[in-house]
Amino acid sequence: MYLQKKISHLFSGTRSLEKQIDEFLDKVSEAGMVFGRAMRVYLLQGPGADYESFLDQAATIERRGDELRRTIEAELYARTLIPDLRADVMSLLEGMDHLVNVYEGDLFRISIQTPDIPGEFHPGYLELVETVVSCVDSVVLASRAFFRDIDSVRDHCSKTIFLETEADKIGTKLQRAIFASALPLERKMHLRYFVERIDELANSAEDVADALLIYTIKRRI
Amino acid sequence: MELTVLFFLTSGLLLGWSLGANDAANVFGTAVGTRMVRFGTAALVCSVFVVLGAVVSGSGATETLGALGSVNALAGAFMAALSAAAAVYLMTSWGLTVSTSQAIVGAIIGWNLFSGSVTDNQTLVKIVATWVACPVLAGLVAVVLLKLVAFLLGAIKLHLLRQDAYTRIALIFAGAFGAYSLGANNIANVMGVFVDVSPFTTVSIAGLFTLSSAQQLFLLGGIAIAVGVFTYSKRVMVTVGAGILPMTPVAAWVVVIAHSIVLFLFASERLEHLLANAGLPTFPLVPVSSSQAVVGAIVGLGLMRGGGDVDWTLVRNIAYGWVATPLISGVVCFVALFFLQNVFGQQVYRPVSYVLSKPVIAHLGEQGVDAAAFKPLAGREFKSARAFMKAVGESGYSGPLTGHALRDAARISRVYIDAEKFELLDREWLSRAQIDAIEALAGNAYAHAWQLDRALAERSPQWAKKDGSAANKRYNRRLERQLGYVLGVFAGESPEL
Repeated sequence: MYLQKKISHLFSGTRSLEKQIDEFLDKVSEAGMVFGRAMRVYLLQGPGADYESFLDQAATIERRGDELRRTIEAELYARTLIPDLRADVMSLLEGMDHLVNVYEGDLFRISIQTPDIPGEFHPGYLELVETVVSCVDSVVLASRAFFRDIDSVRDHCSKTIFLETEADKIGTKLQRAIFASALPLERKMHLRYFVERIDELANSAEDVADALLIYTIKRRI
Repeated sequence: MELTVLFFLTSGLLLGWSLGANDAANVFGTAVGTRMVRFGTAALVCSVFVVLGAVVSGSGATETLGALGSVNALAGAFMAALSAAAAVYLMTSWGLTVSTSQAIVGAIIGWNLFSGSVTDNQTLVKIVATWVACPVLAGLVAVVLLKLVAFLLGAIKLHLLRQDAYTRIALIFAGAFGAYSLGANNIANVMGVFVDVSPFTTVSIAGLFTLSSAQQLFLLGGIAIAVGVFTYSKRVMVTVGAGILPMTPVAAWVVVIAHSIVLFLFASERLEHLLANAGLPTFPLVPVSSSQAVVGAIVGLGLMRGGGDVDWTLVRNIAYGWVATPLISGVVCFVALFFLQNVFGQQVYRPVSYVLSKPVIAHLGEQGVDAAAFKPLAGREFKSARAFMKAVGESGYSGPLTGHALRDAARISRVYIDAEKFELLDREWLSRAQIDAIEALAGNAYAHAWQLDRALAERSPQWAKKDGSAANKRYNRRLERQLGYVLGVFAGESPEL
């Protein structure tokens, strides 16, 4: 009886934690979708109520993400789960949480600083946003695979690394175009700042992918 | 029970304690060291299953130690166990991997040398071969298991957390199995030497089951092991778990299971019986070293990964241990027996005599021995097995029986079937027909065990041994144990003599 109770407790706790990890990773993907749509709205309509509602959405996602991360980390420690990989899982979750923070932070900065982006640069920004969101999405897939199917981690990580290089290329091209334009220097620098901020997402995603590849080697039995 | 008896048993209990402190770490060390299982849980499960293994399946490996040399006086058994414990302690303090099995075998050989008994070479070779086979087999089992587990885990794609939960449960079950196997296999080391001099008599508990005198000894030994687990194994567990090789919990599980399987193979009479019935070769029932099984399994996994991770110094130390442990404990035992006998005036062995009397020569003739060779020895009594074997060697005897069989035939063990002792017989262990056969022999006296055996077999088929095929081993072993018991009950001279 005691053993049965212990075992069922172990499994019910595990199932709820699995769900929380899945939900946390869902939040990272959602943040990417909200970020993409917010950027599109900003480029088309400029600052306004629509953009602000996306910003609110992103802030809610970020809060929930933080909450989930804290609960998961506390549970992992309190119940001494996966002792050999706990530190890895914690830093993985923190890396993913950082991505959500950057998504939200970028949207906040745009809301505060309302950069004036000339129409000729819109396609470049949109392409950059799409690429970094895909890049982050593939590292989300890699993280899910780390928990369930380690054989596919490498595939998703390769994709992340590839998309990060692509994002760098797009960002460089965009910055060249910005600095080649006739805009005053302060506006050029303002536009460059946002290119760099957006590109930062891909860089952070790549860092997580690199770490994941190492964790995966450790996770192999 | 006399106080001296209790005192003499303490050395076995000490050995049991050290086994619990050291070897139990092999069973749960990786689980506790990797923080997958709490020490309290590990200690509890380990203790319960060590005791169960010792009491339920402990007798198999004990027989082999009995065959190697049968320590027949309590003080001698005390010293054999104490020497083994001393060797274990010494080796541990030198930082060498220690094997209780090897220590006790060394001590028995020391006793054999001191008491003039003959060490049965065939049995010794079997034991030593098993020591070498044990880590190799553990390594092989570990590699196969790990490949299998890796394949399965890759196919079913478990969530990391669920895999963690399953691994925890699997580690506890593996540890329980390991503890059971450890109890079954290694109890022989702790209490084996006391079996022949056991101060206990068979008891029945609430009419549900009976505990033979050996089982009571094993229970006591099992409890000593459990105390060792609770009091001293934590430190060792943490060292084993974190020290030998960095391992994932799944690999840790594979190591424990491989170790347990190997220990079980060398301890289970039931498995031997099943294999024999299926016409498969059987494993010798020999107490093997759990430390070496674990190290073998780990080295196996290390080799599978290319061998770079393997700590070859450790492997070399184990090889040293194979030689040093039995040697030290043998020498210590021999020297200590000398002091115990000559300084403290204790009887460390009961002299056993051998005679090639007419019935013995006839008995040997029936087994195909050319009796002519023994003519010059006929009627002579030898005061020790060594003297007997020397005389046999000089007589030019060349077979077909082994020295062991010859000694069995010639050994004098006087029995008088005294009707007054019938009430002492264990009526739950012996069948009705077996008791009837004994009672029918009332008033008879025999000089040799085989004579009683034959007389009983003539009275009842339930005393008759089956042919020596592997499938009948278990049946015959039980009969031998019962016969040994009857010999013990009726030991003594006929009052008319």
